[in-house]
Amino acid sequence: MKKDSILNMIKKYNTYIILIICILACIVVSPDFLTLTNIINIVKQYAGLTVIALGMLFVIMTGGIDLSVGSYVALGSVTVAIFLTKGMSVPIAVLLTLCIGVLGGTFTGILVAKIKMPPFIVTMAMMTVIKGIAFMLSNGSPIKTPLNTIGILGKGKIGVIPYLVILAVIVVLISAFIIRNTSFGRIIMAIGSNEKCVLLSGIQVPYYKIAAYIISAVCAVLGGIMAASRTAVGTPLYGTGLELDAIAACVIGGASLNGGEGSAIKTVVGVLILALIGNIMNLLSVPSYPQDVIKGAIIIISILIQIFTSERKKTV
Amino acid sequence: MGKECLVEMKKISKSFGGVHALTNMDFEINKGVIHALIGENGAGKSTLMKILSGAYVEDSGKILFEGKEKKGTSPKISMDAGISVIYQEFMLAPHLTVAENIFIDRLSEKSGIINWKKMRNDAKKILKEVGFEDIDPNAKVGELSIAYQQIVEICKSLSRNAKVLILDEPSAVLTFNEIQKLFTLLRKLKKEGMGIVYISHRLEELFELCDNITVMKDGYYVGSYSIDEINKSELIEKMVGRELKSLYPKRNAKIGEVILEVENLNAGKMVRDVSFVVKKGEVLGFGGLVGAGRTETLRAVFGVDKKDGGKIILKGKEVDLKTPHEAVKNKIGLLAEDRKQQGVLLEMPIRYNVTLSIINKVSKYGIINHKKDKSFAENILKKVTAKYGKIDDHVDSLSGGNQQKVALAKWLAADCELIILDEPTRGVDVGAKAEIYKNINDLAEAGAAIVMISSEMDELLNMSDRIIVMRQGRVTGELENNHLKDVDIMKLCVEE
Repeated sequence: MKKDSILNMIKKYNTYIILIICILACIVVSPDFLTLTNIINIVKQYAGLTVIALGMLFVIMTGGIDLSVGSYVALGSVTVAIFLTKGMSVPIAVLLTLCIGVLGGTFTGILVAKIKMPPFIVTMAMMTVIKGIAFMLSNGSPIKTPLNTIGILGKGKIGVIPYLVILAVIVVLISAFIIRNTSFGRIIMAIGSNEKCVLLSGIQVPYYKIAAYIISAVCAVLGGIMAASRTAVGTPLYGTGLELDAIAACVIGGASLNGGEGSAIKTVVGVLILALIGNIMNLLSVPSYPQDVIKGAIIIISILIQIFTSERKKTV
Repeated sequence: MGKECLVEMKKISKSFGGVHALTNMDFEINKGVIHALIGENGAGKSTLMKILSGAYVEDSGKILFEGKEKKGTSPKISMDAGISVIYQEFMLAPHLTVAENIFIDRLSEKSGIINWKKMRNDAKKILKEVGFEDIDPNAKVGELSIAYQQIVEICKSLSRNAKVLILDEPSAVLTFNEIQKLFTLLRKLKKEGMGIVYISHRLEELFELCDNITVMKDGYYVGSYSIDEINKSELIEKMVGRELKSLYPKRNAKIGEVILEVENLNAGKMVRDVSFVVKKGEVLGFGGLVGAGRTETLRAVFGVDKKDGGKIILKGKEVDLKTPHEAVKNKIGLLAEDRKQQGVLLEMPIRYNVTLSIINKVSKYGIINHKKDKSFAENILKKVTAKYGKIDDHVDSLSGGNQQKVALAKWLAADCELIILDEPTRGVDVGAKAEIYKNINDLAEAGAAIVMISSEMDELLNMSDRIIVMRQGRVTGELENNHLKDVDIMKLCVEE
């Protein structure tokens, strides 16, 4: 009996256990890890990915995938920088940039939900389209944001906590609330679990799916704005490969790529696991190419752990 | 001509969960004989054939292939023994050519390199043997007519040196001329010594084609008859005759005004000029064989499938329901045929399922009131007498009967005026069946109009106030249920 309950605990909290192992590993590897500066640095660096991964989570919960988020990061950073150089105020520039995410997400969503194109293909195409637009708008070169505009968001902090981290925490809380406590969140999850059943229950499935793609694109654009604010530069080079990190974070956080499962908090834990893996390797001064290999391997291992300990029954 | 036994099945039993699909079933297939296997839907024909083809393992009983007892079970063992089954859904790769499909499991010799020329010629040879030289071995299978696809399936079996050919409802998808062609081929194969099992609901065909008929009922062997010693009405009686059980509670519903009126509905290939009405407090049964177009008809009414014509009048007003959303808004509910695929969210909490279509009733500004959600779900589940552990347990922790009650609870929650039930007790044990019938009665007594599609004759006869029978997409009869008998309905189900 007791053995069973321990096993159940491991199953239930496997994501957290992996996180604790990572933290312990960091502490063992480097005494510098537990310093406040280091921790705040890590968290700030990954605030953007947190926001992007949460947007992705909504799409993954419906059983879809969004490969275009990395490109939206690039586009977001470029457009916000352009709007600011044109002399717009920060709130308006940010708002307009977010609107671009809404437009793009709507377009993708319609192709997926109404025309019923496979999300993998649609978002892969959108990945190049959006990236291309980012390059066109910037002519391929970085755009400096004017002094004392968006850079304040990137540099500022309350006490020791950077604005960017606070922003990410807000997005986490809102996402967690939507998933747990709103009819929207429940229906998104239900669509991923069994779309036919939801449709036959009289729910307008396409609208919910479109909404999920809008959320994903808007979060990614926001991630781009955050990147621009950190460096005071918008560039089409941002965000390359970030879609994979975002997907990895969701999946490490227990979301199923078949849809129907996912948790905002656990996705954040997934981001933190990725962050710590990167941090350990930096502390050990592992060169960057092997870092990629090791990161990929660790993602596979943690997902293997998920599969072997998950409660999900196998259905043939 | 001595009788040579190719396959002997003795006292085969098989059950799924607690349901006995086959009990002590005997069956024989002889060389050079076309043997018909008939019975109602769910009589166990498919199960028997799946055991023979190695897809299922029998619980008990013996199978002899040409006198030798079969050891072990796998599709390969059966295939090596020369058993070949042609299912209603073909096992063909539509994007590959005819020749590739025929030799799909032996595309190349050991070298791994395909000899295209040889393969094409071999395919041509087989096609010629069966008398269908006009099929081009290079044609893509997906571009052939259904009839020709069937021929390709048969060729595939022949190329594997099949000794026994089993055809499951082969004529269901064919036109009259195509059927005649198929029959010519089957007669030819019979002369060459093939043992053929022909499963069909079309009794007329059996008398034209077959030598022997074996009748099954509820997983039991009823009898085998030579075709000359039995006539059609005797056959129907043998298929359906059984005593009725007292599964069915009484209903005291007052039948009121017309709720739904469907006029000349056409949809896709399966629904042709269907008209019917259903009234408040009434249970309207839909009888017919599998594939008669009943599900398709009601799916079109519910807005799942596109309608190609016809009128739907709801409480006197013509409506155009293009999506299930519009149907549910008009207080129509549909309990889907395939519970696991369409009826419930298996991996989600029970209460999510119950309140799925009325989620807005338990939320304010889009925020769910979990307490209200819970008590609402609990109330409804009490009404349908569902048994469960905790309301947040996943649906797949429940038995089939209770899963079905959860699916039904969803429509109870939505307060529907018209509820369409598609095979409401499929895969449900007998005890839960009676409770679901009680639920249906309660709904009717509360004033809902109920349409019930059922392939179970007992259920149809005991639950319906009126019965519509369909065959091949058309309504073949409408019967007031005044002591109707199985035979009355069966007559309308099968082709006269």
